[in-house]
Amino acid sequence: MHQLTEPAVDVAPSPDVMLPHRFRIDKYRKDTADTFTVDLVPVNPDQPFMYQPGQFNMIYIFGVGEAPISISGDPATAPKLVHTTRVVGTVTTAMRGLGVGHELGIRGPFGRPWPTDHARGHDVVLVAGGIGLAPLRPVLYHVLANRSDYGKLVLLYGTRTPADILYQRELQQWRSRLDMEVFVTVDRATPGWRGNVDVVTTLIPKAPFDPLNTVAMICGPEIMMRFAAIGLLKRGVPANHLYVSLERNMKCAVGFCGHCQLSREFVCRDGPVFPYDRVRDLMMTREL
Amino acid sequence: MVSDLGPYLAEHPILEGMRPEHIQLMVGCAENVRFHPEEYLFREGEKSDRFYFLRHGKVSLELYHPKGGGAMVVQTLGEGDVIGWSWLFPPHYRNLDGRATELVRAIALDGACLRGKCEADHELGYEIMKRFAHLMEKELQAMQLRLLDMYAPTH
Ligand SMILES: Cc1cc2nc3c(=O)[nH]c(=O)nc-3n(C[C@H](O)[C@H](O)[C@H](O)COP(=O)(O)OP(=O)(O)OC[C@H]3O[C@@H](n4cnc5c(N)ncnc54)[C@H](O)[C@@H]3O)c2cc1C
Repeated sequence: MHQLTEPAVDVAPSPDVMLPHRFRIDKYRKDTADTFTVDLVPVNPDQPFMYQPGQFNMIYIFGVGEAPISISGDPATAPKLVHTTRVVGTVTTAMRGLGVGHELGIRGPFGRPWPTDHARGHDVVLVAGGIGLAPLRPVLYHVLANRSDYGKLVLLYGTRTPADILYQRELQQWRSRLDMEVFVTVDRATPGWRGNVDVVTTLIPKAPFDPLNTVAMICGPEIMMRFAAIGLLKRGVPANHLYVSLERNMKCAVGFCGHCQLSREFVCRDGPVFPYDRVRDLMMTREL
Repeated sequence: MVSDLGPYLAEHPILEGMRPEHIQLMVGCAENVRFHPEEYLFREGEKSDRFYFLRHGKVSLELYHPKGGGAMVVQTLGEGDVIGWSWLFPPHYRNLDGRATELVRAIALDGACLRGKCEADHELGYEIMKRFAHLMEKELQAMQLRLLDMYAPTH
């Protein structure tokens, strides 16, 4: 395992950090038309691997390339890893073509996690859009496993259509629990859908939480995160209680190559989870 | 009982801060209503002056689309929402169906009655228009976000 929360910026990353560990696909599930989830186990069973909610791995498909993908499983089940991936290009397409028993390389875990410590003692509001539920799912596992440490737990989840909803069976289980509230909405209904139809931000004014005592974590397309943050601020959640997860193209994942640099911030090293008030202006800056 | 509706209206988020005498004027045009699941609050093309403050339940706003297998849900609304703009603009025709998807409790306002009071008392009229303009701005923004198709594969 690589502990990389404070890597040096001005020296080359150690070769170890750049070296992928071999993992094998143990389970493969198709979630939606363009999204799939793999469970990975280390080929070397003695390989230690611990991570925190919100951290990501660089997944290396041999002979193709690498892509940063958040860990979407339960940190308590490490070293097993779960990754939910949406197919967009070269690496993710090649990854979709793999199956149970295939091997891939993992570098990680990288990046700063979601603020589960800051959130302790507070209501926890998770606002997820589309594939953004995947990086937030470990927070749900963590809060549910440590339920008495937190106040209310609220998940607000929006997708494009009902067919794009991730983790449907789990969502139903969460929904039936008495110790959390789940609200799902879609931008466009299809025949047979009986749930909410509207953007996810419209769920914020009505959701049951105490704004002043809330820590909110937002993950999804950047426009959605900006508007969700505004909605939460209007509801009265303090700006320094809001967190977002940013995505930028990455290469080294250790704050060396500068691919994911956003002004002063390296998304891989200083993020991907950022306090909203630290990146609010950067999110609005064009050409970054 | 009409006189009991004042507190419900005063508590509605959109009417927050409204002067009590204005709430009372609105109460004069208000009625407590309920709809069973699958019952329509209104139908597309209908002439109607009513609008609703939802107190409980969900309403689905739908458009009939022959190729889409019947009704297409445009938006769903729930507790705390206001339904219906047609009372504001002549000739007051509905352009959507409003269907209760569960038991709905609401306060219905007679738009013609309220328009009359707004004409007579411009201060009340301004308060109401200000609040409806704000509602429309929020709706428009939500609609713009949906139009952006934020989750589309090509982002
Ligand atoms: C910290 C971090 C965590 C991430 N976590 C996840 C995750 O959990 N699940 C997941 O599916 N993805 C996640 N991503 C996004 C993922 O890394 C990219 O989708 C992936 O790198 C694309 O690689 P590719 O080779 O398949 O596509 P490329 O061949 O590099 O790109 C092909 C096309 O897709 C576009 N594209 C590239 N990235 C994205 C993107 N993020 N969204 C939409 N279009 C894109 C490109 O502009 C290009 O047009 C994360 C990214 C970061 C930085």
